[in-house]
Parts: sequence; C-alpha cells; structure tokens
Amino acid sequence: MRVMTADTRTDETVLTLRGVSKGFERGASQLRVLADVDLTLRDGEIVGLLGRSGSGKSTLLRIIAGLIPPTTGEVIYRGRPVIGPAEGVAMVFQTFALFPWLTVLENVEAGLEALAVPEKESRRRALSAIDLIGLDGFESAYPRELSGGMRQRVGFARALVVDPTILLMDEPFSALDVLTAETLRTDLIDLWLERRLPTKSVLLVTHNIEEAVFMCDRILVFSSNPGRVISETKVPFPHPRNRLDPAFRQMVDDIYAQMTARPGGQGKEKPPGLQLGSRLPNVSTNTLAGLIETLAAAPYLGRADLPEIARTLQLQIDELFPVAELLQYLGFAEISQGDIVLKPGAKTFAEADPETRKKLFAEHLLAGIPLAQRIKRVLDERPGHQAPRVRFEQELEDHLTDAAAEETLDAVIAWGRYAELFAYDDDSQTFSLENPQG
Amino acid sequence: MRGSAFRYAALTARGLAPNRWDLVALPLVLGVLVLAGVAARQTLAPLATLTGPAVSLDPVNLPEYALRTTLRMLAAMAASLVFTFTYGTLAAKSRRAEMVLVPLLDVLQSVPVLGYISFTIVFFLSLFPGRIAGAEAAAVFAIFTSQAWNMAFSFYQSLRTVPRDLNEVTRNFRFSAWQRFWQLEVPFAMPGLVWNMMMSMSGGWFFVVASEAITVGDKTIVLPGIGAYLAEAIQEKNLAAVGWVVLAMVLVIILYDQLLFRPLVAWADKFRFELTAAQTTPESWFLKVLVRSRFLGGLGGSVGHLGAALLRLRLPAGRSERPSRVRGPGSNRLIDALWFTVVGLVALYAVWRIVEFIASELGWSDVWTVFGLDAITLLRVIVLIVIAALIWVPIGVAIGLRPRLAEKVQPLAQFLAAFPANLLFPVFVIAIVHFHANPDIWLSPLMILGTQWYILFNVIAGATAYPSDFLEAAANFRMRGWQWWRKVMLPGIFPYFITGAITASGGAWNASIVAEAVSWGNVNVTAHGLGAYIAKTTADGDYPKIVLGIAVMSLTVMAFNRLLWRPLYAYAERRLRLD
Repeated sequence: MRVMTADTRTDETVLTLRGVSKGFERGASQLRVLADVDLTLRDGEIVGLLGRSGSGKSTLLRIIAGLIPPTTGEVIYRGRPVIGPAEGVAMVFQTFALFPWLTVLENVEAGLEALAVPEKESRRRALSAIDLIGLDGFESAYPRELSGGMRQRVGFARALVVDPTILLMDEPFSALDVLTAETLRTDLIDLWLERRLPTKSVLLVTHNIEEAVFMCDRILVFSSNPGRVISETKVPFPHPRNRLDPAFRQMVDDIYAQMTARPGGQGKEKPPGLQLGSRLPNVSTNTLAGLIETLAAAPYLGRADLPEIARTLQLQIDELFPVAELLQYLGFAEISQGDIVLKPGAKTFAEADPETRKKLFAEHLLAGIPLAQRIKRVLDERPGHQAPRVRFEQELEDHLTDAAAEETLDAVIAWGRYAELFAYDDDSQTFSLENPQG
Repeated sequence: MRGSAFRYAALTARGLAPNRWDLVALPLVLGVLVLAGVAARQTLAPLATLTGPAVSLDPVNLPEYALRTTLRMLAAMAASLVFTFTYGTLAAKSRRAEMVLVPLLDVLQSVPVLGYISFTIVFFLSLFPGRIAGAEAAAVFAIFTSQAWNMAFSFYQSLRTVPRDLNEVTRNFRFSAWQRFWQLEVPFAMPGLVWNMMMSMSGGWFFVVASEAITVGDKTIVLPGIGAYLAEAIQEKNLAAVGWVVLAMVLVIILYDQLLFRPLVAWADKFRFELTAAQTTPESWFLKVLVRSRFLGGLGGSVGHLGAALLRLRLPAGRSERPSRVRGPGSNRLIDALWFTVVGLVALYAVWRIVEFIASELGWSDVWTVFGLDAITLLRVIVLIVIAALIWVPIGVAIGLRPRLAEKVQPLAQFLAAFPANLLFPVFVIAIVHFHANPDIWLSPLMILGTQWYILFNVIAGATAYPSDFLEAAANFRMRGWQWWRKVMLPGIFPYFITGAITASGGAWNASIVAEAVSWGNVNVTAHGLGAYIAKTTADGDYPKIVLGIAVMSLTVMAFNRLLWRPLYAYAERRLRLD
C-alpha cells in the first residue's frame, strides 16, 4: 500500500462525465433513469451524490466504474473514454459484497489476484491494508463471523489494497447501525485527512443528507425520475465537522429544501399532479395515519420542519420522504421549503373514528391518485364489476419498469382495500367491487 | 440437513414455463438415440457374446465386486461433473444456447435411464470391438444418465442467480472469466451441487445394479460387480447369495456416505451463501482426520497450493473483460432468426427419422397398444404415490415433530433412499410365486420400494422445520383432529411433500422397467405395463418398439411433470412457504 507522504494533491481533473444519460427500452419508448449528467472529479476531493432511491445515482456510479455503458454521453478517465471496468477504480458496496467462502485475508487478496500480483507481494499488501483499516487480528475470520461494521471494513480494505485512483462508495454506511456507521465515517475521514489513503478522490453515493455534509467537499443533489443534477453545494467547513454547529444545521436544512422542491415550480411549489403512470411508494396506511397524528399533535400542531421530524422520528429521508409526499398527493399536506404543513382534511382525519377515517381516505384517494380513480372507474363500467390485474399492470408498464409497476399496483391495492374502494383477490389476480362477506 | 432438502430441490423443479422449445427438444433427444441405435445395428454384425470374467457366487469375491461397482459410480460421477460444468455454463452464458439446452435437459431427464442403455450399449460395444471396455463404457454411461441432468440443472440455476453485487465485484476488480468461474461461480453453486450429487449418487446405485448384467437382443453383457453377482444369484436361485449381496451393498453405502459424502457436505458448508452463522454445522469425523493428520494435511496443502496457482492464471489470456459493443437490434434479430430456423430444421429432420424408423415395422395398432400399457403404468404410479403419501405423511410428521427422534431416523431414511431396491426384488418374486399372487397388483410396490423414502425424508424435514409458534397457536386454540391436519400441518409441509413426491414419482417411472418384469431362476413374473414392454423389447433387441416405448414413456413423464407437479410446486412456492 502506497502511502502519500507529502501533499501531492493538486486541482488536476481525475475524471469527467459529459452528458451522461441512461435509458431502458420500454416497448417503443425509452424509460430514462439518468438525464444529461455532467460531473468533474478533481484530485483531493470527496464528492457526494445525494438523492432518493430512483434517482439513478447508483446507476451513475456503475457507469463511472465501467460496469454498465451509458446510453449517451461519455466518461473520460485518464484522458480516454471508459469502456468496460476501468483500472484504478475500486468500489465499496452497500451490501459489502464479500465472498462468504473466503477469509478476511483471502477476500482482501482477491482483488490483487485478479491483477496477477505475485503471491508474496500480494500477501504483504493485503496485510498492510488490513492493518490500515483496523482489522488486524481478524485475518483468518470468515465474513459470517464478523459484525456488519467489521464486514464493511473488509470491503474498504479490499478496495484500498489495489491502490485505486478513485474510490467509489455506494451507500457504504446505510446497512450499518447508527453508532457503527459513525465510527466508520470518522475512521475513514481521519485516514483521508492524514493522507494515508492511496486514493486521489472519493465519490460517495448516499441518501443521508447529514452524512453528505459531514464527509464531502462538494455535494451534488439529484432529482428523481429521471435522475439529473439539480444543485451543487460546496461544503466549506473544516474537519472535524460538528453536527451541532448552526452553519452545519443550516446547510442540512437548505439541502432538505432543495430535495423537496420540485423542478419547474418556482416560488411556491405546487405538487406537479400525479400521472396515471407515476410511480407510487408502497407506504402503509398505518404509517400515513401515524405521521398525520404526530404532525397534528403538540408540539407541531400542524406544521413541522422536515429535518427535525426526521431526527425526532429517527427516519432516513428515504423513509420519511415517501410518506410526506404521499400526504401531499392525497391532499392531506403541503410541502414547501423543507416544511410540511397539514391541511384541514388531515386535521379532521386525525380526530376521526376508524369508520370516518376510511371514508375520508377513500375520498382523498380518488381525488389524488389517478391510478385508484382508473381502477374504480373500470370496475364501475364493466358489467361484472371485475377486472384482471394484468389490465392495469400493462398500462403501467408503458411508463415504469416491471418491478416499479408491480410495486405501484401493490401500493394502490393496499390503499384501496383500506378505503374499501375495491376488493382484490390474489389467487385469481382480479379486482372486483364485492367484499368477501357480501 | 434440515430445510436444505426443499431449498436445493427447488433448484431443479424450476418455475420455467414450458415453451415451444420443448417441442424441439424431444425429437432431438430421441433422434440421436435412434441414429445411435441404427448406426450401431448396421455396422455391427452379430458380435460374439462377450465373455468377461465369469461371476462367481462365492462371497469372498464380493469385496472385489463391490470395489468395481464403486469405481464405476465414481467414473460416472466424474463424467457428470465435467458435463455439469460445461453444459451448465454454456446454458447460463449464452442466450441462444440456453433456449435449446434447457428444454433439452428437461427431456433428457424424462427419458427413462434404462432406455439409454438399450440404445447406447451397441454403440459403445462398437467403439471397443471385442473388448470388455465397451461394456464398461456403456454401464458408466448408463449411470451417468442417472446422475448428470439434475446436477447440470442445479449448476445452471446457481449461475443464473449469482448475486449481482458479487458479480460486480469480480468485474470491478477485473477478474478474468476463468478466475470468475472458480472464485465466484463454482463456490456459489457448490452447496446446491453437492446436494444434487448426493441425490444423484443415491439414485445411481439402483442403475448400476441394473446395468451390470443386461441383455440386448443377442448380446448379453455381464460386468463383474454387485449387479452381476445379483443376476447370477437370481439365475442360480441362490437366496443365500442374495443375502450376501444385500449385506455388501449396505456396507458399501455406509462407507461411501462416511468417507465421501459426509466430508463433502461438511466441507461445502463453508460455501453457504447466508452471512449468518448456522445453528447446526454439518460435521464429518473423516474430514477432521484428513485435516488434522499431518501427512495428509501437508499433502492437501500442496494440492491446495497448486490449485491456487491455477486460479491465478488469467485464462483465457487477455479475454478478461471486453467492452461490450452495442450491436444493432437488427443484426441480432437476423442471427436469432437464422438460429431458430436451423434448430427447427434439425428437429424436423429428427421427427422424420423417428417416425420413419418406427413406421418401418410398426403400425397404428402398435401405437395404441403402447399407449394402453402406458396408461396402466401411469395408473400404477399415481396409486402408489397416493398410498405412499397416506402411509408416510403421518409417520413423517410424527417423527419430525420429535427432533431427537428425527435426528436418528433421518440418516436411516437417507440410507434407505440410496439402497438399490432391486436387490430385494427376488424376495418379492419368491413370495408372489409361492402365493400365486396377481403380478399386476403385487409387482407394483416394487416400483416405489426404493423411492418412497424420499417422501418420508422430505416430510420429516418439513415437520422439523415447522415453526413452533404455529404449533403453540394451534394448541392454544385447541385445534385438533382433521382440522389440525388440514389447517395447521398439511399446508406447512406441503412444499416438502411435493419435493419428495416429485422425486418418488420420477424414480417410480424409471423403476417400472425393472420392476414390471422380474424373474427368479427360470420363473418369469410379468405385469402389464409400459415398463414390462420396454424391458421385453430390449431383451429382444427390437429397436423400433424400444423407440416407440421410450418415446411414449418420456412424453408421459414430461406431461405428468408439466400438468401436475410443476403447477403444484409453483402453488406451494407461492402460497405455502413459511420462510
């Protein structure tokens, strides 16, 4: 493992992305997951790609690594376009992606074996990487014997042992518990600051805003469907950063506001109205009711700051945003500038008994979710008041991937069942208007 | 081993929907068999009856015979592994190959094992004229056909389900295809493969016994071994010799299990993919001895060293990861169309050859006769599975709910499943002859004698894995009697039962060829059925009839799987899985 002694960092460009887009064939049309991404990665910086699931940020990481080709645009690395897995680009995975049948040492050596490094040197470098990352003593352990944090350390050691120029990190801390994740972040930042990593620059994909502000020098915020860069923020704070520092907090709040803002909607954002083919998050009605009750009660009394809610309820943005957004689609709440404000309907809902809640929810569901509307209308119009699932699935698949279409339909089925708008029989895969007892 | 029975069996009974390629695959398989048979028949003038070393009934010879039989099994297993690695890889890596190879494998699996030997024996004999090696090759090939298909399926399935992130790691670190194969794909496939090797082995004993002494037309082949010893004992009406051979087989299977499979399973445990530590780890005293002994350990170390060096090779040189050129969909479609046409034409040619071959000597009346016999055998299989279920499901549940008992019974059930039931046939024949029993009824149990244990074995596994909270809930609500079975237990073990029943019914079809026509000395007892038909036509060397019989049996087995087992299995997968 090469250790940088002097400050060799320059402003030299390490990697450039020009107009990178990625789409998937969907019948005659194309489903775009990434649109026109430009990005420059410079020597000595940690760049964060921040976005929600479905924003294509992990796809972008794989394009940079040369694991999948972009549909248009190009990735320039070492002066040449990337085609196929590039040398000097190492990746750390959310799932750790360790070989369960290899020991810690063998896992770390695996990356070197592929480079045909002689056995002795390979052993020396692997041991030194293990040492660097704080794994000494675990060399002969198998991954299943390790805790999550230790496993991810193996992931880091395996990536660093090949002396990568660029380190790509795909949500490396999101599968870890809060305390473990924090330890790993600080350890990594310390190594980075002490210039003990062989890497020129780091690209971190995350959906955790605080994590991005805590670690990165520059943050790119991605919008969803299709993913594109909507803002770029420089983080000027020196390390070690203090999460309670007001400036730190302000930046987190600002990014929250950016991420809840809608493209095109300037000033007071109006929800862009759902299309029939919009992807819907599979949010349980219990969660929805829980959030409404929390927001309606003291101390929020109908208005709250999203970052604060996230902190208090211990929710990641990937968990909070879909619920908040669904409230907005259903006309129960309004989101603007990182704040969520309940509408009168929601306050009625919070105080109502279960029967009234269902009725109210049904009204809002029909008014706010076009897909629910469509299902109800088709069932009303058909003589037998029945329709197969495929009918709607096919309609959705014009706009969504198969998995997304399935998830969306499942979500609407759950809401429709709760609202008693329609019934669904999974055995025959059909919608109907009857209730089983009827 | 609890639970894994279901999991790995799930790999073979995969949920692939039948497609038009099945229509192509069946004629291809049968066509090749016909060609082999025809070619061999034409090139081979009456071959002098092979006189291998005569088989002596002196029990002193049994260890040697057992060793020979075991070596045949090992040779077939080695061949099956080579086949698995190549065929499975090809099917998983090439889309076009996959479209043909997977249905082909399905058909190969449905052709009765003893059907292969009828055709190929003449072919193999002509490969090594006048020498016993040809007969050996034919026997090994027969065993191979009983072992290879499910292993290849399992491997193919594993390759298709390699986790995406691990695959990305190997690409990110720029492993060569060779390195990826040995570092990721084979280890990932290992647990399923080892499990299927065990299943193959236990099925294989049956066929090795059947294929060591076989008569095809004017050629009688006798290969020294356990099966030949049994044949000789039957010929001589020597019941004591039958006793000896049963004893020898028991010992061989126990040794095989202890010295080969226990260590293999214990070793393969490290390839389990779950990242959680297992509650029970398979153990093997023999593996411990191997690992701990200094001499053997050193030997193993240097072999391992050599292996590691081999893995380091970046073979095939320079073909590590080529940038995938985006090809226009147009050229792709054209090649596809060409490929489909070629395969379709070959299949048509095969159909034509088969029909021509059968029609040269047989008419429609023969076809109807065969379908009638087929219906009888089908009825037998169904009735037997139902009876076996009625007997073994309650017993299996009773055992499975008592973990300490299950621990003791499970190895026994495994052993019984491996034990070649054909060694016990003479006992039944003597009884049938003695009591003047109706062979159409009393020969039937022989078909399921060896494979019913798979039902017991799987039901025990299912009941053992049954969550105890469900049992407690049922007890809490005072459910009992029929309600308990219908609402609580049967849905829980259903997936396991189906897995066992699929294996048992496949085995029963295969066994029908041996079980519907048996003999003791000069007494022949025959039942009506397709198995007896195939056995008789094979003994007569009447090829068009053999082809017809085997084609009809393969078709029935495939239809049976498609129309009954797969839907049931899919239902069990979808609705009744507990984990």
